[in-house]
Amino acid sequence: MGETLKLFGWKVSPYSHRAEVALRLKGLKYEFIHEDLANKSDMLIRYNPILKKIPVLLHGDTPIVESQVIVEYIDEVFDGHPILPKDPYERAEARFWARFIDEKVRPQVWMSCWTDGETQKSFIAQAKESLAILQGRLEGKKFFGGDSIGLIDIMACSLALWFGVMQEVVGLNLLNEDDYPELCRWGEEYRNAEAVKECLPERELIVGFFAPRKDRIFAKKAPVYD
Amino acid sequence: MVASAAVRLFGMWASPAVRRVEWALKLKGIEYEYIEEDLSNKSSSLLEFNPINKQVPVLVHNCNPIVESLVILEYIDETWKENPILPVDPLERAKARFWATFVDVKCREESRKAFFMEGEEKEKAIENLQVQLKALDEELEGKKFFSGDHIGYTDLAVGWMAFWLGVAEEAAGFKANYDVKFPNFSRWMKDFLAEPVIKDNLPPREKTVEFFRAFKQLGSCTKVNQK
Repeated sequence: MGETLKLFGWKVSPYSHRAEVALRLKGLKYEFIHEDLANKSDMLIRYNPILKKIPVLLHGDTPIVESQVIVEYIDEVFDGHPILPKDPYERAEARFWARFIDEKVRPQVWMSCWTDGETQKSFIAQAKESLAILQGRLEGKKFFGGDSIGLIDIMACSLALWFGVMQEVVGLNLLNEDDYPELCRWGEEYRNAEAVKECLPERELIVGFFAPRKDRIFAKKAPVYD
Repeated sequence: MVASAAVRLFGMWASPAVRRVEWALKLKGIEYEYIEEDLSNKSSSLLEFNPINKQVPVLVHNCNPIVESLVILEYIDETWKENPILPVDPLERAKARFWATFVDVKCREESRKAFFMEGEEKEKAIENLQVQLKALDEELEGKKFFSGDHIGYTDLAVGWMAFWLGVAEEAAGFKANYDVKFPNFSRWMKDFLAEPVIKDNLPPREKTVEFFRAFKQLGSCTKVNQK
């Protein structure tokens, strides 16, 4: 397909990063259109009217939305670096871990940052368990995908950078080298991978988002964009 | 047909996620052994095959477990090539996956809130659910099923709403009013439930309403673990 690729995204968002890293892994040329989430463009709303969220991949005139759906689409359409395995059982296994990350790890880790008291203790306990389970999946390999980045690595990206920054901003010490040596080692491998380096945001950008909005995010338990 | 011993499904009779997998297996003509789980007393087999989530459904194929109902659907489609459930075109596949994520994450969350909560929170959840139903209704414009003339992945993903949304409404005393407000969706619910593979594979309605009524009284989401 010779059609153009455009990605509506926001550098601070790990979801946006997932889509971008998939494009980079395949060596694809694309235009990155930066969205101000406090002031969404008409084009974003036109291409994602139901959810009105980034990332949105535009292939020619057709939008694809939801970060994992975008990653799988890129893998199916474009040759080059394989993101999902070929074998159906291994694909199912990768997709299971993708869901585990999005349904357990990420929400538990997020809520560990943005709650306090007994509620926070409960989320921290859950997050610790889930992080340990996820770490077990690494089995000493360089990446979750083996020698190279795969779907699980991409879906886990917030653990490689975003979560570390967020926990510093709120003063939490959950994901650290003592407790999760393998996950932290993986995080460094991930950050240093060629395709990732090209599209990883600077720490300061993420700090610059969270630090001034700390109280409001704490109150809402969800990101605040303005 | 595939030999039954090679394919096993661990399930629970009232679970929409389990039925979703059974519908897919039946559409493909795959023979399987069904094992009913008592989720208050899970079998050692279930815990062995799904140690992380400890939930149903679990599909076991040649001793390999696959969990998460939508993941299982894709596995089934990739392993048994006859009667494909997902579209062939990657853009159509992406659309199908989007809708599946939409109902499984967004619609299920609002339905859960409408079911468990009371007062203002319940009303807000019903409002949000109706916005979601409107999107589904618009998607069905000019189509018999989400997947076209025949049921496919998207219909199987949305399918829980055709039966269990009504069950939830009756058990928890609310109405999403789709019959009045969303004619395409309402029509799709009837057509979907009339399909032979679906019709012959639904739990008994009264028993299911009673089950969910009791489930609501327990006030807990963890008693019935299903995905």
